[in-house]
Amino acid sequence: MLNKKNKEALFNPLSKDNPVLVQILGICSTLAVTVSLEPAIVMGISVIAVLAFSNVIISLIRNTIPSTIRIIVQLVVVAALVIIVQQILIAYNYEVSKQLSVFIGLIITNCILMGRLEAFALNNRPWPSFLDGIGNGLGYTIILVIVAFFRELLGSGTLLGYQVIPQWCYDHGYENNGLMILPPMALITVACIIWVHRARNTELQEN
Amino acid sequence: MKALRKYMDKIKPQFMPGGRLAKLQSVYDGMETFLFTPNTTSQSGAHIHDGNDLKRTMITVVVALLPCLLFAMYNIGYQHYLAIGQADASFWSMFIFGLVAMLPCIVVSYAVGLGIEFVGAQIHHKEIQEGFLVSGILIPLIVPINTPLWMVAVATAFAVIFAKEVFGGTGMNIFNVALVTRAFLFFAYPSHMSGDKAFVKTDAAFGLGDGTVTDAFTGATPLGQIATHVGDTLQLNNVVGEPISTCDAFTGLIAGSPGETSMIAILIGAAILLLTGIASWRIMCSVFVGGLAMGALVHAFATPTYAASMLDPLSQLCYGGFAFAAVFMATDPVTGARTHIGQYVYGFLIGVFAILIRVYNGGYPEGAMLAILLMNAFAPLIDHCVVSFNIKRRARRVAVK
Repeated sequence: MLNKKNKEALFNPLSKDNPVLVQILGICSTLAVTVSLEPAIVMGISVIAVLAFSNVIISLIRNTIPSTIRIIVQLVVVAALVIIVQQILIAYNYEVSKQLSVFIGLIITNCILMGRLEAFALNNRPWPSFLDGIGNGLGYTIILVIVAFFRELLGSGTLLGYQVIPQWCYDHGYENNGLMILPPMALITVACIIWVHRARNTELQEN
Repeated sequence: MKALRKYMDKIKPQFMPGGRLAKLQSVYDGMETFLFTPNTTSQSGAHIHDGNDLKRTMITVVVALLPCLLFAMYNIGYQHYLAIGQADASFWSMFIFGLVAMLPCIVVSYAVGLGIEFVGAQIHHKEIQEGFLVSGILIPLIVPINTPLWMVAVATAFAVIFAKEVFGGTGMNIFNVALVTRAFLFFAYPSHMSGDKAFVKTDAAFGLGDGTVTDAFTGATPLGQIATHVGDTLQLNNVVGEPISTCDAFTGLIAGSPGETSMIAILIGAAILLLTGIASWRIMCSVFVGGLAMGALVHAFATPTYAASMLDPLSQLCYGGFAFAAVFMATDPVTGARTHIGQYVYGFLIGVFAILIRVYNGGYPEGAMLAILLMNAFAPLIDHCVVSFNIKRRARRVAVK
């Protein structure tokens, strides 16, 4: 079940081959949904689900897809899964689905999805493809959560909606940093994470 | 001086490789070259020796900023005593008040900025660069006097790390460090960067200038008043509601960020920069030309909807931070355009955008900061166009023969 190759498919995307940090994919949604922690987590789970199941489906039919129309087929599969996720969200978590607005729909165009389908699912059996989808989705989610953690903490003083920074600090002149809520700080936070990541994994550094 | 030299020589071995404090070698180097002319020169190859090194350039800019700094201190005191209804206070009490009000900000800005540069230099085992000498004095001059010190510290740290050190330190930055500090404050803590409370220090500074604010007090700057202005006729007031004119804006006894109020002090600084050849006159002039042109254009289409368009072009240049930004920030040789034609374009567009943002964007009462940051981003492109155009022109000339 979890031989060496499968383990790599599952765990490499968490750090060494992280879709956001190393492949620099899926940056747009990282900017858009990380203002606070809750939508980031929901977005992450949605991407994990869509990525894992679309990987499995494409892998199952990989030998029957004519390669000339494979992109269309991939899109149809992903779009169908995204719509399912979107409807579930609207049914069970309406507030968050409103916050995420178009970005759930835009999972279809998330580069990570097409990248994994093209690079992995088309050439591998369903089980490794499933693990690869989970791994990459998790790698994406981890970054989303880290970015959202800092942006919500410094920008709103809350975490998951609960006040974390005590009133005492505000009484003594502390203020929330309005820039953290604006998109540029998402880029800078991601850049900082990449900075730390490359500093720790020197083999990733370009010359 | 001799005693100092002796002392520096005495402690030198500790900082050399193998010494007790070898890790701090670049701190020692920095201090030694700050105090004395370095006694090591290049040994090989052809070099052009010029007395005007980076340190002297920086110091010249600081000297050019002194009139603004001194006037800022006086004006802070003047606005304060005007606000508490003691406009007859003596010159010195006003000046001393401004001095003690500004000093903490200057100290914080230098301590944080230089601190980060020192630490950065230790980590990379590089020489300490003097780049922050100017930024460190510019920052207190462009942030409102009432900005809490921790905000200044956070913004300075952000600017030095993300606008400068990550690009490779002094001389490598894309954006003007002082303006990034200001922009960070502006977007992160907007309530402290505009409105009534930001620009006039009304409470006492270290026990000096105690008093209660008069009833007539409003702390809005002229451009702040324009931003909230409604009506057909535009009348700007000082902090106690008396009318002011462009003439007051020229001398500088109006509310505003410390350094930017006085046109006279800025012009003295400009003269120093131009006579010593530190700043590019092409950029400086074309910023003013651009501002005048855009000012004339918006004035020709003046409408009460955009109150700032009712200012005549010359007043546009006198109010707000336009002149200060044009003289001290647009001319930053690192972030500005380098080619001569490029400098005209770069400066002109800064002037145009500054007035454009100021007049037509209600969210930003002053546009000089954003205009310069925007053009900083475009400066390499402008230079690239000028250079490649020149190459094409010359290639054509060769081909014809």
